[in-house]
Amino acid sequence: MTTVTSPSYADAVAKYEAVIGLETHVELGTRTKMFCGCTTEFGADPNTQVCPVCLGLPGALPVANEAAIEATIRIGLALNCRIAEWCRFARKNYFYPDMPKNFQTSQYDEPLCEDGWLDVDVDGETVRIEIERVHLEEDTGKSMHVGGATGRIQGATESLVDYNRAGIPLVEIVTKPVNGTGALAPEVARAYVTELREVIRSLGVSDVRMEQGSLRCDVNTSLNLPGQEWGTRTETKNVNSLRSVERAVRSEIIRQSGLLDAGERIVQETRHFHEDTGQTTPGRSKETATDYRYFPEPDLTPMSPDPEWVSRLREALPELPRDRRRRLQEAWGLSSLDMAAVLNAGAVDLIEATVAAGAKPEGARKWWMGELSRRANEAEMELGALGISPAQVAELQGLVDAGTLNDKLARQVIDGVLAGEGDPKAVADARGLAIVSDTGALTAAVDAAIAANPDVADKVRSGVHAAAGVLIGAVMKETRGQADAKTVRELILSRLS
Amino acid sequence: MTAISRDEVAHLAHLARLDVTEAELDRFAQQLDVILQSVQRIGEVAADDIPPTSHAVPLTNVYRADEPVPGLSREAALAGAPDVAEDRFRVPRILGEEE
Repeated sequence: MTTVTSPSYADAVAKYEAVIGLETHVELGTRTKMFCGCTTEFGADPNTQVCPVCLGLPGALPVANEAAIEATIRIGLALNCRIAEWCRFARKNYFYPDMPKNFQTSQYDEPLCEDGWLDVDVDGETVRIEIERVHLEEDTGKSMHVGGATGRIQGATESLVDYNRAGIPLVEIVTKPVNGTGALAPEVARAYVTELREVIRSLGVSDVRMEQGSLRCDVNTSLNLPGQEWGTRTETKNVNSLRSVERAVRSEIIRQSGLLDAGERIVQETRHFHEDTGQTTPGRSKETATDYRYFPEPDLTPMSPDPEWVSRLREALPELPRDRRRRLQEAWGLSSLDMAAVLNAGAVDLIEATVAAGAKPEGARKWWMGELSRRANEAEMELGALGISPAQVAELQGLVDAGTLNDKLARQVIDGVLAGEGDPKAVADARGLAIVSDTGALTAAVDAAIAANPDVADKVRSGVHAAAGVLIGAVMKETRGQADAKTVRELILSRLS
Repeated sequence: MTAISRDEVAHLAHLARLDVTEAELDRFAQQLDVILQSVQRIGEVAADDIPPTSHAVPLTNVYRADEPVPGLSREAALAGAPDVAEDRFRVPRILGEEE
């Protein structure tokens, strides 16, 4: 047996070409399940959102949820797919307790949407990810494995099943194989899932939360030498965050290249990604082809979406995230780097709303990306949950623009807003925060500062204007920061000229 | 020429989790063969312009509105469970049995 060592990632991608493919499952946010009227709220007590249909009891008759079909078509349209004129549901037969019916209602060779694409930006380049299909199916129940030490299925002696999730509409989005991305393959995978999530969120059809499982991703990876046929692929599951998508591809590339370097063959199998180690381990073996005995679902009628309906849905699609980002970046006059920072901070919607409330883009961005981001980080909160609204930030910036507040006072006003003291104007009034614009009071403070610092005053008189800083500082201290530094400076220079 | 072999029937029985004796396999293989050959004869009559039929009634787009309907109480839902623990259906572990 040859020894398998792990090469570095750089060596792996220098030698081999990676082909990736992504299967993403999205739980739709419909009020009810796919084929019955059971509710779908996350976190309900076990087996309290079930009925004869989703429990697969004899004689139950499923009827498809029109809202789920509409949502799937809208996803397909947003991904530039062709919408089927006619298609059917199919039974995928398997015996596993997460589906009490002993089959999952899915779609087989007639998906609702086919042949689309999604452009994603990676490292300043646009990569077009081809979409193979978008189809509609139902989610499975949730199993708790007990009797083992780990809560995992390995070692468990029995499973406890909650069917609340069974039958929730699930959309599966499958890419065509993505090749030719070189060392960027892991980043491309992550960028795709990120962009897909944004698209689906913009459609308002799912909350797409990976940590709650309403967006789940399986990553296929294979390696081949340049010019040779594509290699055997593995399918990595349990990839539960965007960061994990990238890490899973990277770790599979390293693992597979180590095996290939040692002359071993890649086994086609399902592998599990482990968040803690960043590695994958083998899951169920797929040595034998699965035999799901798909056949058209006899209890549900075929779907033939009215072309006029599809046209209306197409026309009513919202502006897609990538188009919106480009529009806002241009409108706000930001570099790609600045825009990326805004995106990372989750501040796009907040800045847009602040601008809509009347603030200039630069002012809106300054508050959200500066002071407010800092406070959100300190409090370990989402920016939007901080407790200050875009309208309040716009009002605050308005007070600064009007010369009523300087930045220092504005930060104190933020303290008040976050403490629930009201809107910025009300906080400023109640706390007595305003720039001292009474020239008489300022002049008195300036004169006092000059009298207290005769040496500095002489320097300024002799033309060393930089020395005025000491006097400005003294005036600002005297007025507790409520003076406008520029006005103070002008006053000092005119008194000493 | 048979339409289905005894091995195929055994395989299908396994997939469907049916416990079938050797004698039953012989009998079912013969019976299923008759049924499949009969269906094949219908296939011979069907011309290219006749699509395969999956639904007996020519209906499409029968949908329901996305309106909640009360389901079963948990007690009722679990009443048919083979065993219950922690308000859940309790079943033997299934590792290695999935196909």
